[in-house]
Amino acid sequence: MQQDFYIKDWVKIKSGKVFNSKNEIFSSSEKDLNTFLKSMYDFLELKYPKFHKMDNLSKLGILGTEILFRGKEISADTALIFSNNASSLDIDKKFHESISGFASPALFVYTLPNIVLGEISIKFKLQSENAFFVSESFDAELLKNYSESLLTSGKAPEVLCGWLDLENEEYDVFLCLVSQEINIPFSEENLKKIYFAENEKPTGRT
Amino acid sequence: MKKLYLLEDAIISPMGFSTQENIKAIQEERSGLSLQHKPKITNAAFYAAIIDESQLNSAFASIGEIKGYTKLEKMMLLAVQQILAKNPGLDLTTTTLIITTTKGNINLLKDPGIFPESRIKLSELAKTIGQFFGFTQDAIIISNACISGGLGLAVAKRLGNTEEIKNAIVLGGDLVSDFVVSGFNSFQALSSKPCKPFSKDRDGISLGEAAAAMLVSTEKPKTSENIALIGDATVNDANHISGPSRTGEGLYQSIQKALKEASISASDIDFLSAHGTATIYNDEMESQAFHRSALQDTPLHSLKAYYGHSLGASALIESIVTKHAMLKNELYGSKNFGELGVSWPLNVVKEYRKKEIKYALKTASGFGGCNLALVFKKE
Amino acid sequence: MKNLQAELKESIIEQLNLEDMEPGDIKNDEALFGDGLGLDSIDALELIVLLEKDYGIKLTDPAQSREIFKSVNSMAEFIEANRTK
Repeated sequence: MQQDFYIKDWVKIKSGKVFNSKNEIFSSSEKDLNTFLKSMYDFLELKYPKFHKMDNLSKLGILGTEILFRGKEISADTALIFSNNASSLDIDKKFHESISGFASPALFVYTLPNIVLGEISIKFKLQSENAFFVSESFDAELLKNYSESLLTSGKAPEVLCGWLDLENEEYDVFLCLVSQEINIPFSEENLKKIYFAENEKPTGRT
Repeated sequence: MKKLYLLEDAIISPMGFSTQENIKAIQEERSGLSLQHKPKITNAAFYAAIIDESQLNSAFASIGEIKGYTKLEKMMLLAVQQILAKNPGLDLTTTTLIITTTKGNINLLKDPGIFPESRIKLSELAKTIGQFFGFTQDAIIISNACISGGLGLAVAKRLGNTEEIKNAIVLGGDLVSDFVVSGFNSFQALSSKPCKPFSKDRDGISLGEAAAAMLVSTEKPKTSENIALIGDATVNDANHISGPSRTGEGLYQSIQKALKEASISASDIDFLSAHGTATIYNDEMESQAFHRSALQDTPLHSLKAYYGHSLGASALIESIVTKHAMLKNELYGSKNFGELGVSWPLNVVKEYRKKEIKYALKTASGFGGCNLALVFKKE
Repeated sequence: MKNLQAELKESIIEQLNLEDMEPGDIKNDEALFGDGLGLDSIDALELIVLLEKDYGIKLTDPAQSREIFKSVNSMAEFIEANRTK
């Protein structure tokens, strides 16, 4: 039986702006990434001291997920399917610099791209399917096919999937929550449309 | 859900440059671990399984220009080459390449040599391999800590179910680099001896480098006996990003879900290929998860004392060895196992023996709290 | 000793990214792990690096660190007795 899935909501974080499917949530002209992330943390009134220990890729993932999950009931089986271009290269370089002096365990632990999936699982109490893919550019086809295979086979009732990239302080985040609840059809075309849309014009519900 | 059949495979490791040589070494309990004096990696001598570069180059010279590729690329290319050589009819335009690694060409961070800076990117690694053989589709790349290689098989099966994939080559590889050695050293996780999984006197991991490849298909091959992946699950512990769960919850749940999909119970499992890194906490966690899963009497081994921990390649290599163990009906000894040193009793295989194996379970766990369980069936 | 304790509190906050804390929030005899400051295993590893970097003390036995990192007081005592810089 063919099942249909929908994008319940999405979030984008890029160039100092944060959007979800309805509106602009936050914007800042702050150029320094650490300061930008801290101001978003303050804006969301998060009380999560562990946040400050995370690498920037994990911070971006936690903030994006917080925005998407807030006010929604999220199943503990919600799968996490993330992807990016740079893997964990941002923190890899920082850890590599530390090697010449004293190698830092607190940096080393973040030198895998899937650590952010662990951080999200801990913060939002998800014990679910995880996968981190790396591709040259946003691969809507892979995200759609893999998410759908988990959803149709019953391995996950809902999926949080998307793109979480960070390199040279440039960040590009697009996450979407996929379920059976009727909303934006979960298709390759719609994923691309939302991902490539300019931040100024958030895509409305269709 | 469709099954995934495990076809041709290849392992490139210090124990040999083919699956056959690797299996022979394991049957004879020969380890790839040795004391390494490599000041380029770290000043103090350490135990690890490292591939001899001149041996690798002479093997690689018959298929490509040795200067044009990094060490990891040469290992991975050799693995794929062996598969293609034995399957000349394989259509590369419809075969998906699935690459699994934790750190790829991370050694280029210290010294890029003649390679452009971008070569450190995993997408460049994938392109290099794809173009070498003429794969036409973009490779799928998975980087999910120490479950990566096994997750590659699960991804092939799952995408096979929605008919996105029919044939795939799952390829895994990782290096022993200054990066990972310094990291695990800072975690005080490296053993001072060759690692001793599940033993009382274990004191940490030994690292290893290797590459492996496996051709898989959703179509049942014509051969009389085949091994198929019939159940697979990953579950995050949601507990800690580096420390294994004290209750083994994620691993326990992964095993339950994989068994459920396979429609069998724990008592049907004839052999268990554990993760067994030989850190105090990992092995302890596994013993609890296996006990909770009623697998305490199932014969199990860890291959880490042969290969060291080959990170993103390990779960793929261990799946390949499991496949051959099933076809040959053999149990391989868990090397360096002494006195059981975990709180929950386990049936660790001490030495080679024959045993009929119909169903086998492969598990793995990694940083980020990830856990994986794969159920294989002989049919 | 008093100075060393104050110095330690500052480095702990800095090194372990305890963003929302001030040195005054950490009591000398307060438990650093568990119910006290709530530090975890990665923090313990970072503290081992801190001992080596700032005071020239190399810890090799992880079991030993549990006693040393009990509180700021126990850390200061150990450093006083073993520092090489």
